[in-house]
Amino acid sequence: MLKTLVSGDTPRSPILLAILIVILICLAFAPFLFPGVRSVDTAARICIFIVLVASYDLLLGYGGIVSFAHTMFFGLGAYGVALASTHMGRGFDALLVGSVAGAALAALLALVIGLFSLRVRAIFFAMITLAVASAVAVLVSQLSSLTGGEDGLSFKIPRALGPAFKFMDGELFGVKANGKLLKYYLVFISCFVLFLFMLRVVNSPFGRVLQAIRENDFRAEAIGYRVVHYRVAATCLSAAIAALAGALYAIWLRYVGPDTTLSMEIMIDILLMVVIGGMGTMYGAVIGATLFVLAQNYLQNVLSLAGESVANLPLLPDLLNADRWLLWLGVLFILSVYFFPTGIVGRLRGK
Amino acid sequence: MSAAPKHAPTMAQMSLAERLAPYAPILLVVGLVIAGFVAIPATSSWLTLTVSGLAMGMMIFIMASGLTLVFGLMDVINFGHGAFVSVGAFVGVSFLLLLEHMTGAPNLLWNLTALMVAIVGAMAATGLMGYAFERVIVKPVYGHHLKQILVTMGGLIVVEQLIIVLWGPEEIYITRPEALKGAITFAGAALEKYRLVAVAIGLVVFLAMRYTLRRTKIGLIVRAGVENGEMVQALGYNLRMVFIGVFVAGSALAGLGGVLWGLYQEVITAHMGNQTMILVFIVVIIGGLGSVEGCFIGALMVGLLQNYVAFLEPKAALISNIALMVAILMWRPMGMIPVVKAK
Repeated sequence: MLKTLVSGDTPRSPILLAILIVILICLAFAPFLFPGVRSVDTAARICIFIVLVASYDLLLGYGGIVSFAHTMFFGLGAYGVALASTHMGRGFDALLVGSVAGAALAALLALVIGLFSLRVRAIFFAMITLAVASAVAVLVSQLSSLTGGEDGLSFKIPRALGPAFKFMDGELFGVKANGKLLKYYLVFISCFVLFLFMLRVVNSPFGRVLQAIRENDFRAEAIGYRVVHYRVAATCLSAAIAALAGALYAIWLRYVGPDTTLSMEIMIDILLMVVIGGMGTMYGAVIGATLFVLAQNYLQNVLSLAGESVANLPLLPDLLNADRWLLWLGVLFILSVYFFPTGIVGRLRGK
Repeated sequence: MSAAPKHAPTMAQMSLAERLAPYAPILLVVGLVIAGFVAIPATSSWLTLTVSGLAMGMMIFIMASGLTLVFGLMDVINFGHGAFVSVGAFVGVSFLLLLEHMTGAPNLLWNLTALMVAIVGAMAATGLMGYAFERVIVKPVYGHHLKQILVTMGGLIVVEQLIIVLWGPEEIYITRPEALKGAITFAGAALEKYRLVAVAIGLVVFLAMRYTLRRTKIGLIVRAGVENGEMVQALGYNLRMVFIGVFVAGSALAGLGGVLWGLYQEVITAHMGNQTMILVFIVVIIGGLGSVEGCFIGALMVGLLQNYVAFLEPKAALISNIALMVAILMWRPMGMIPVVKAK
C-alpha cells in the first residue's frame, strides 16, 4: 500500500527513510509541533519549495534540460491567482480559476519555448529561457497598471482561510482552530498530492524514457522514441506544476510581487536546492528544499555572528557579512557540482 | 543504344533568390535600416538612432564574440561570461577615476590615452581572470553541458558577489572623458561623440578579428578546430592550448565590452554583466553558435532594432528582440550563419 503510494520508488537507504519520515511528520503537524507565526510560515515555504524544486528536478534531473525560466512559470501561477482574486472578488472560484489559468498559460508558454529551442539543440533552451524570463520580469514591472509593478499586488483570499474564521470553538491541541490552520493544510495537502503525482510521473514509462534521453539522447531516438516530444512534454508538465506551486505561494502570502516570485535570486535558490539535495531523484528535492529554507531562515544569523567576531580583521568582515550570503552559496554550489553531483540523496544511497 | 538514363543538365543561371541566399543575413541588416528609415518620420532622428544602434550593436558584438568562439571551438557554453563584462567595467572605471586629471582635461588626445589605458588595464585584468576561470571552473567539467551551465552560473554568482565585496554594493556613476561628452551635428542630426568612438572601436575589433581568423596561421587552426577538432589534434596541434588562448582572448574582449558599455550607460553595477548577457545570448543564438560573422550581423540587428523600436514604442523594446530571435529561428533553426561541424 505504502509502496504503491510512492510508486515503487522507495528511499532505498535507512538513513534517508528516517530523514524523510521526520520531515514528513514535522511538516504534517507543523502548526501543532512548532506553534508560532514564523515557524509555520517556514513550514509552508518548505512545502511549496519542495513542489517547486521537484518540478524543476523533473526537468533538470530527469530530462537533463537546464531551464532558467522556472521562476517565470512559478510567477505565472502566482500572478494568475492574484489577478483572478482582484478582478473576480474573493472566493474559492477565483483561486481555482486563477491557478488553472496560470498553469495552462505556463504550459502553453513552455510548449512554445520548447518547440523553438529543443527542436534544434537542448543547449539553446538554457539561453532562450534566460532571455525570455528576464524579458517577462521586465514586462511585469513595466505593466504596473495590471501587475502592480515593483510593488506587487495584495489581494483578499476567501474568509474561510483567514485568521478571523473559526471552524470550531476553542482550541485544537492547544492551537487556535482558525482559517490560518485550514490554509496551512490546504497548502500542505496540495503539495503532498502534487509531490506524489510527480513521483508517479517519474516512475512511469514516460519517466523512464526521459531518463534514457538524459543518458543518451541519440540512442533513445534510435530505439524509436521521439526525443523532442518527450522533452517538450516534460517541459510543459514541469511548467504547469511550477505554476501551481506559485499559486499556492500566492495564496499563502496573500501577496505577489516580482521579488517573491520572479527574481533571478529565487532561480538560483532553486538550482542550489536541486543540486544540494540530489539531481535525478524526487527525494533530493525534499531534502534540498528543507535544508535550504531552514538555512536561509536561521543560518544567516550565524553568518552575521561570524562577521562580528572577526570585525577587526581586514576584508574578512566584508566577506562574512550576512548580505554576502550569496557568495558562500555560490562557492558551495560549485563545490557540490564538482564533488557531490548526486547530492545528499545520492550519497546516502551509496552511489 | 546504351541503357544509361538521359543526361541533360540545365545550364540555366541560378535564380536571383538563390544567388542572394548566402548574403541574406547582411541584406537583412540593410533591410532593417531601410525599414527604420521608412518607419521613422524625421530623417535626422533616424540618423541619430542608426548611429546609436550601430554603437550598441558593436559593443554587444565585442562582448559576444568570445562566447561564440569558445563554444564553437570546445563546445563549452560559458554562462559566467557576464562576470567578465562586469569586472572589465569596474576595473576600467577605477583606472578612469585614477586618471581623472587626464579625463577631466578638454583635450581629445589625453582623453583617448586615458581611455586606452583603462581599456588595456581592464582587458589585462579580465584576460587573467579568464585564465583562472578556465583552469578552476571550466576545466573539470569538459564534455558535460549540464554541469558546465551549472558551474559557470555558480562562478558568475561568486564573481558578482566579490565585486560587491571589493567595490561596495552601490552603483557607481561615471562621467565620460571631457572631449567625448556632447554631440556633433551632421546633416541636422545630433550624433553623440562617444557613440562614434564606440562604433570605431567595434569596427577595429571586428576587422582585426576577421584578419586574425582568415589570414594568420593561428586563425586557420582555430577555424579548423571549430570545424573538426579531432582532425586538428591528429595533425599535431595542441587544441587545448589554442582553446585556452581563445578563452583568455574572449574574456579580455568581454572586459573591453564592459568598459565601453559602462561608459555608454554612465553607470555600472555588479549585475550589469548578467543583464547584458540577455542580449548577448540572443545575438549568439541568432548568429549561429560558433560563427563570428553571424555574431557580428546578429549584434548589429539587435542594436538597430532595439533603438528603432525604443523610439517608436518604448515598452516593446525588449520584446522586439525576443520576437526577432523567434523569427530568425523559424527561418534558420541553427542561426543565420550555421557552423557546419564535420562530425
